[in-house]
Amino acid sequence: MDVSIAALLTQDGLTNGAIYCLIALALVLVFAVTRVIFVPQGEFVAFTVLTLAAFEQKQLPGTVWLSLALGVAAASADIVAHRREPGRMLRAIAGSAVPCLLSALLVWGVFATGAGWAFQVIATVVAVMAMGPAVYRVAFQPIATAPVLTLLIVSVAVHFVLTGLGLLFFGAEGARISPFTTVSFTFGSINVSGQSLLVYAFTAGLVIAMAVFFKVTLFGKALRATAANRTGARLVGVSPNFAGRLCFTLAAAIGAASGLLIGPITTVYYDSGFLVGLKGFVGAIVGGLASYPIAAAGAIFVGLVEAFSSFWASAYKEVIVFTLILPVLLWRSFNTTHHEEE
Amino acid sequence: MVRILSAAVAATLVATAAHAQIKVGVTLSLTGPAASLGIPEKNTIDLMPKKIGGLDVTYIVLDDASDTTKAVTNTKKLITEDKVDVIIGSTTTPNAMAMIDVVAEGETPNISLGGSARIVDPANPKTKWVFKVSQHDSLMADAIAVHAKAAGIKTMGFIGYNDAYGEGWLVEMKRSAETAGIKLDPIERFNRTDASTTGQTLKLMAANPQAVLIVGSGTPAATPHKELMGRGYKGRIYQTHGVGNSDFLRVVGKDGNGSFLPAGPMLSYESLPDSNPIKKVAKEYITAYEAKFGPRTTFGGHAWDSYIVLDKAVPVALKSGAKPGTKEFRAALRNALEGTKEVVGVHGVFNMSPTDHNGLDNRGRTMFMIKDGKWTLATK
Repeated sequence: MDVSIAALLTQDGLTNGAIYCLIALALVLVFAVTRVIFVPQGEFVAFTVLTLAAFEQKQLPGTVWLSLALGVAAASADIVAHRREPGRMLRAIAGSAVPCLLSALLVWGVFATGAGWAFQVIATVVAVMAMGPAVYRVAFQPIATAPVLTLLIVSVAVHFVLTGLGLLFFGAEGARISPFTTVSFTFGSINVSGQSLLVYAFTAGLVIAMAVFFKVTLFGKALRATAANRTGARLVGVSPNFAGRLCFTLAAAIGAASGLLIGPITTVYYDSGFLVGLKGFVGAIVGGLASYPIAAAGAIFVGLVEAFSSFWASAYKEVIVFTLILPVLLWRSFNTTHHEEE
Repeated sequence: MVRILSAAVAATLVATAAHAQIKVGVTLSLTGPAASLGIPEKNTIDLMPKKIGGLDVTYIVLDDASDTTKAVTNTKKLITEDKVDVIIGSTTTPNAMAMIDVVAEGETPNISLGGSARIVDPANPKTKWVFKVSQHDSLMADAIAVHAKAAGIKTMGFIGYNDAYGEGWLVEMKRSAETAGIKLDPIERFNRTDASTTGQTLKLMAANPQAVLIVGSGTPAATPHKELMGRGYKGRIYQTHGVGNSDFLRVVGKDGNGSFLPAGPMLSYESLPDSNPIKKVAKEYITAYEAKFGPRTTFGGHAWDSYIVLDKAVPVALKSGAKPGTKEFRAALRNALEGTKEVVGVHGVFNMSPTDHNGLDNRGRTMFMIKDGKWTLATK
C-alpha cells in the first residue's frame, strides 16, 4: 500500500461515511423525539434512487402507487380514529395523508408532462418526504406511548412492509442515477471526483442546518422539548403527534438527500436501504443514539474502516464493520448509568 | 359435525373421481436477494402449457424468499399437502442444496434451477431424485479458461461474491485455470449489497493481472466492473453466466463493451446458425416471453428447460401404467427424467444418465462478448 492507494481509500471511505453520517443523524433525530429505532430509514434512500432512475429511463416511477398506497392507508387510519368528529378527521388527514396523495399526483404529472431534470428531482424529494408522516401515522402514532422494544418490533415490521412494497412497485433489479457533476479535480497524484466533494459539502451543510434548526427555530425547539420530556412538552402545548410527524418528515427528507448523493456512486436495489441503514446505525450507536456530533464522527469512522478492510481483507469486510459495535457497547456499558424502562 | 364430516368425505371422493391430472410444485425465490432471478422464472411458469402428455397440469407456485428454511418448508408442504408429482426449483444453489434431503425422503423428483454442480453430485446417493437444468459452474469455468488461454492470458484476477455462488466458482476456476496454465491471483470478494468495491479494485489494479474474472449475478456484478473501467484497467474482463439479463447491460452501460462471458446459447439465439437445433426452440420461447414480460433472461430460460424435459419425460412415465399422484408414478417419472436423451432445450441439449443428472455438454455454453451494449458471439 502506497500513499496514493491510501488516499483513494480515504476518499472512498469518507464518501460512504458521509452518507452513513446522514443516516445516523436521521436515526438519532427519530429516536430522540419518538424513541423509535427507525430501521426503515434506508428504504427512503432506496426509494429516492429508484424513483429518479425510473424518471431517467422514461418510465412511470412506482412511487406513484407507493405514495397512493401509503396515503390511502394513512387516510383510512384517520377516518377510523376520528369517525365521530369530521372536523378533526379532515385536519388529521390533511397532515398525514394529503401530502402523500398530492405527491403521487406530482410525480405522475412530472412524468406525464416530461418535465426536466430539476422537476424530476423536486418531485422525487417531495414524494419521499411525504412518505415520512404517512408512515408515522399508520405505524407509530397509535402506539406512541408503547415501550421502546414494542416500537422497535413495529419498526422492523414497517421495514419488511416497505421492502415488500418496494419490490412490488420498483421490481427486483437495481438502478443508478446519472451523476450531478462529472467534474473532477487533481491534487498532485490524487484524483477527487466532483460528486464526492458534493457529498462532503452537502453533509457538512446539513449538519450545520440541523444545528441551527434545533437551536433557533420554534419547530426545532418543539422537537427538542418532546425529546427531553414528552409529557412536559405536551403540557406546554406541543402536540406529540405533530412532533412525531415533523421528525419523520425530516428523517425522510434526509433519506431523500442521501439517496440523491449515493445514487450516482452505486447501484441501488429495492432492499439496498437496509444495509446502508445498518451501517448508519452502527455510527449512531457510537453516539449512544443521543449525540449528533459523536454519531456523525462514528458514521464517518465506519465508512473509513469499511474502505480499508475491503482492501486488506475483502472477505471479512462486513464482519469487521459490525464487530466495531462490540467494543463501543462495552465501553458505554461501563461509562453510563443504566435507566430502567419506565 | 356429522354434516361437516360427510361433506369432507364427499369432497375427497369427488377429488379421487376427477380425471387424472399432473401436479407440478414450484418453489422459487420471488422475493429477497435472488428475486431478480426468481421473477423471470415465475413468469416462465406462467407461459407453460396447461397440458403435458394429454393430461391437465396444475402448477402450484410458492415463494421461498431466497431463504433456505423457507425453501425446505415449501418443499415439505408441496410433498405432503399438495401431493405433487414433481417439484421445480429452487432458484439458488443454497436453497437447492437444502431441498435435496426433503425430496429424497418424499421420493419426489426435483428439477433444480440452481447453478452449482454439487446439487446433483453423483457421489451423494440422495441426489438420485434431483435433476438440474442449468449449466454446471465447472462447464462455464472451463469455457473461460480455454478462451483466456487462446488469447495468451497467463494471469487472472478474481473478484467474486462472498457466498456459495462465489465460493463454488472459485473452486472450479482454480482447477480450470491451473489446467490452462493460468495463475489466479489476487482473489478478492465482494457482496451483492456493497455500495463500493474501491478497496478490492485498487488491489486488483495494483497486481495488474492480464484479465479479471468477476463472479456475481445480475446487476451487482456491474459494480466492480464499472469501478475497474473507471480506474483505467486495460486488461480483459470476464463475467459469468450469472449476468445474463438486460438489466446488467443497462447498469454496466458502455463500460461493459469488450468484456466476455460464457452463457447458454439462448442469450443471443439470433446469432446462432440456422443449423443449430437450439435456435428454433429458443426463438419460440423467447418470442413468447418477450411479447408478454419484456427482455429475456437466462434464468427464465432454465425454467423453460425444466418444462421441456418434463414434457418429454411425462409421456414415458405414463406408459408405465402408473397413475399421477401415486408413489409409482413419481418413481416412473424419475426414471424417465434420468433417461432423457438428446432433448433440445433453450440452454443446450440434455443427455442424462444415472451418473449425470444435468446432461448439458459443450453445446450448452457459448462465449459472448458485449459489443455496443448488446450480447454478440465472441471471437477471440
